[in-house]
Amino acid sequence: MTDKQHEWPLWEIFIRSRQGLDHKHVGSLHAVDAAMAIENARDVYTRRMEGVSIWVVESKNIHASNPDDAAELYDPANDKAYRHPTFYNLPDELKHM
Amino acid sequence: MKNYLVDYTLHLADNALILGHRNSEWCGHGPVLEQDMAISNIALDCIGQARNFYQYAAQLSGNGATEDSLAYLRDAVDFKNSLLVELPNGDWGQTVLRQFFFSGYQYFLYGALQKSTDPQLAAIAEKALKEVTYHLRWSSEWVIRLGDGTAESKERMLHALEILWPYTEELFQPAGYELAAFSEGYGVNLAGIRTDWDEKIRSVFHEATLTLPNETGMQFGGKEGKHTEYLDKLLDEMQGLQRMYPGAEW
Repeated sequence: MTDKQHEWPLWEIFIRSRQGLDHKHVGSLHAVDAAMAIENARDVYTRRMEGVSIWVVESKNIHASNPDDAAELYDPANDKAYRHPTFYNLPDELKHM
Repeated sequence: MKNYLVDYTLHLADNALILGHRNSEWCGHGPVLEQDMAISNIALDCIGQARNFYQYAAQLSGNGATEDSLAYLRDAVDFKNSLLVELPNGDWGQTVLRQFFFSGYQYFLYGALQKSTDPQLAAIAEKALKEVTYHLRWSSEWVIRLGDGTAESKERMLHALEILWPYTEELFQPAGYELAAFSEGYGVNLAGIRTDWDEKIRSVFHEATLTLPNETGMQFGGKEGKHTEYLDKLLDEMQGLQRMYPGAEW
């Protein structure tokens, strides 16, 4: 493998499986553009019948939350049990909730 | 009477096996990991197709032949593959251009072979066509990227074209068993798929800003067992283990 690999941008790959409803992140790879990223994803991530649909996003376009902010972002939800919809009695006529 | 069906099936098998073996030589040496996987997948597809044809040829010829004996115990002179597939890989440009020429050929060949009067050949062609459709798409995009790429990539594609073009005519020059196969109904009329292949090559070359060379100094003979020295070396490596340890398994 040559250094040229590192000149190609990185792409994040999302695959929807045969049974799955949503695309799940499976990993990343290098490619020069979106078309090549999809073909590379086909060759790298769907060899064992994992997928029926592929999404690719250039990694630089994914913005992530800062792990250092975890305390202020997520901890406050810990004691808000009332936000879970478990305090309602559903009428019997409702079948599909 | 000579059994042309066996020869025809072996010819299809040998083409797939030898190209599969050539592509497998890239395994671990691809220009980037992703393309290493891609060319190795294609190698495995080719070898899978070869196995299907060899199994059928073994069944047809009897005499205790197996897919392994046909692949590993025949000499170069018995191989019926086109010269194009036995040529060394060269650089990446040469490898993808060869794949493009050959996948284009296989695409139209298998498309027509699906209508073979021989149900086994038709079934193998139908299964293989899906794989070949992807090989053709993959190799077309590489030819376009490199042909219409940088000055260096273009230079390399022109060099590859110079080396490979003389071996393309043989694909469409029917050997005796191909003529018989067509007239007996189970084989493909090569003249019939020639036009489609030309058109496909032209349209991809147009996008790749490459032009077709003149048809001079064409090379023939592989399909009739007259091979280059490259096939001997390839078989030495590919058959070495089986020849040294007959029936070896793991």
